[in-house]
Amino acid sequence: MNIHEYQAKQLLRDFGVPLPRGRVTDQPVEAAQIAAELGKPVVVKAQIHAGGRGQGGGVKLASTPAEAEQWASKILGMTLVTRQTGPEGRLVRRVLVEETLPIERELYMAIAVDRAAGQPVVIAAASGGMEIEEIAARDPQALRREAFDPDRGLLAFQARRMVEGLKLPAPASISAVGLLMALAKAFVALDAALLEINPLALLSDNRLAALDAKVRLDDNALFRHPDLKLLRDLNEESPLEVEASRHNLNYIKLDGNVGCMVNGAGLAMATMDIIQYAGGRPANFLDVGGGASRDQVRSAFEILVRDPSVRAILINIFGGILRCDTLADGVVEAARITGLKLPLVIRMEGTNVERGREILRNSGLPITVAEGLRDAAEKAVAAART
Amino acid sequence: MSILVNRNTRVLVQGITGREGSFHARQCREYGTQIVAGVTPGKAGTTHEGTPVFGSVAAAVEATGANASLIFVPPPFAADAIMEAADAGVPLIVCITEGIPTLDMTRAWEFLRHTGSRLIGPNCPGIITPGEAKLGIMPGSIHKPGPVGIVSRSGTLTYEAVHQLTQLGLGQSTAIGIGGDPIIGTTHRDAFELFQADPATEAIVMIGEIGGTAEEEAADYIRQHVRKPVIGFIAGQTAPPGRRMGHAGAIISGGTGGAAGKMAALDSAGVHVCRSPAEIGASVAQVLGVSTR
Repeated sequence: MNIHEYQAKQLLRDFGVPLPRGRVTDQPVEAAQIAAELGKPVVVKAQIHAGGRGQGGGVKLASTPAEAEQWASKILGMTLVTRQTGPEGRLVRRVLVEETLPIERELYMAIAVDRAAGQPVVIAAASGGMEIEEIAARDPQALRREAFDPDRGLLAFQARRMVEGLKLPAPASISAVGLLMALAKAFVALDAALLEINPLALLSDNRLAALDAKVRLDDNALFRHPDLKLLRDLNEESPLEVEASRHNLNYIKLDGNVGCMVNGAGLAMATMDIIQYAGGRPANFLDVGGGASRDQVRSAFEILVRDPSVRAILINIFGGILRCDTLADGVVEAARITGLKLPLVIRMEGTNVERGREILRNSGLPITVAEGLRDAAEKAVAAART
Repeated sequence: MSILVNRNTRVLVQGITGREGSFHARQCREYGTQIVAGVTPGKAGTTHEGTPVFGSVAAAVEATGANASLIFVPPPFAADAIMEAADAGVPLIVCITEGIPTLDMTRAWEFLRHTGSRLIGPNCPGIITPGEAKLGIMPGSIHKPGPVGIVSRSGTLTYEAVHQLTQLGLGQSTAIGIGGDPIIGTTHRDAFELFQADPATEAIVMIGEIGGTAEEEAADYIRQHVRKPVIGFIAGQTAPPGRRMGHAGAIISGGTGGAAGKMAALDSAGVHVCRSPAEIGASVAQVLGVSTR
């Protein structure tokens, strides 16, 4: 689960991470008040779950409270398009108003779980900003990395070893050691999947400040963090995706016109692949999971037919835990309720497949039963064209 | 022959009294697997559908000589279940549970390193040696004994590949679903090591997915050590680039996890890479020189 920058900063503040002073607001007038309280030039930052906000015009400097109000009224309510939002952009509902600081240099710090090491790993670089991936690719030596045991945390000597490479003046080095250990502690305490400070600023008075913060929480661990669960912002997710998650379905909207319902993420991706192979484009990724119930199948179907760009539906199920007769029952029920108007191609195999096919045949609904993956994709793509 | 499991494998099921555990333990037994014990804390001394239930893995192992564990314990308790099985000296642990917190798995992973146990999964369909033993949730009926080893990150896509093979008359030595979580016990690379050493496996099917670098690591291993034909497929070739947040993932793995890079790595290691998921079975037949009906 992604959270906003202002939420991430509120969480990190409790771990002692140095941050610029500031507050979030949804009112331009309050933006002016915050700027007046800070008593210095401020930065007004759009709060959406996507990077590249500055280039999209969602981050502005204001030297007076009046200017802060002007920018806030411009940014609030705008649909911000960045390289990470897609062309449809995101509506900005809040801005973070923060003090500007005298930046000497920008650095990079992040933590994520390293699959190969089987542990969380801290990475840091003497320079940060948008080009960090290019820097990492060009000069891997520029990145310091240390894996750590979540229960022991990042050890002080590990943090010192990392800081040696950051070329910081002595007083800042000491704070950087503390900062790395604090970030590691936060990562574990929050059950984060990603924690990134980019940029981390070295200020002219040798202090450090996290100018931006990205935190992604581990969805699987939210059950033990009821407080963090509340940070979810449904406005940042598409309505159909929210509806899908309510039924424990994994749905991602795409830009094609063949709606798909598949069980299992791998088979769902393979189904998208073969639709494109057959000359079509999938309208979505929809994984009903290995053990979907009849209700989930019905909800999945309803989500597909509510997407106006869908011209044909392809259901591809390999029955294991999810039995084909359960699937067929759910689909027939949903098709009746929604008054199926779209061509529907179903391919199923596995547990109770014969009983499932019989249910489909006896339903009297105009359903095309396909044999095999390729046949299913070709039939669905052809149906979407007509 | 086969790898890891066969008709002599003695299986205990952790979480046997739960809904999932109960259903699948029954299916595994009906397939012919020796289910010798169940473990549910607090239910020691009872029996579940004829299987004796123990309160701990250690007690179950001592009483029944179980040498494999199949885990259906709910996510909050699953990492503990894995460590309990390893602590009791169970050599093979198959964890089906989906949704285990990643940090819990880092702890289990570290714990396992100091034991002799092998973990398969979590969040996986399990492992099957057709005609002998099934430790997992895959539909047994689509499998058939034969010469093809299968290793896959995906569940249902593995069934798809198995189904295609069986339809063409090609059986399987063993099929392993290694799971798609960030931290897993047995990797593609580990499975290749086992299949290469198994005389009954004549060809290996590898099914990967976008994300991570496990396929690239497997490609390195294949190039150096695997002398059997390998047929590969990567799911997600047409997935749009994700709206990923931040840079750390890509920096840590040193790659973007895209399908093109994985396919190129496999291709350069001599793997027969299928572009379409409908061609997996036919590609194996072609590589093995088997005429298809």
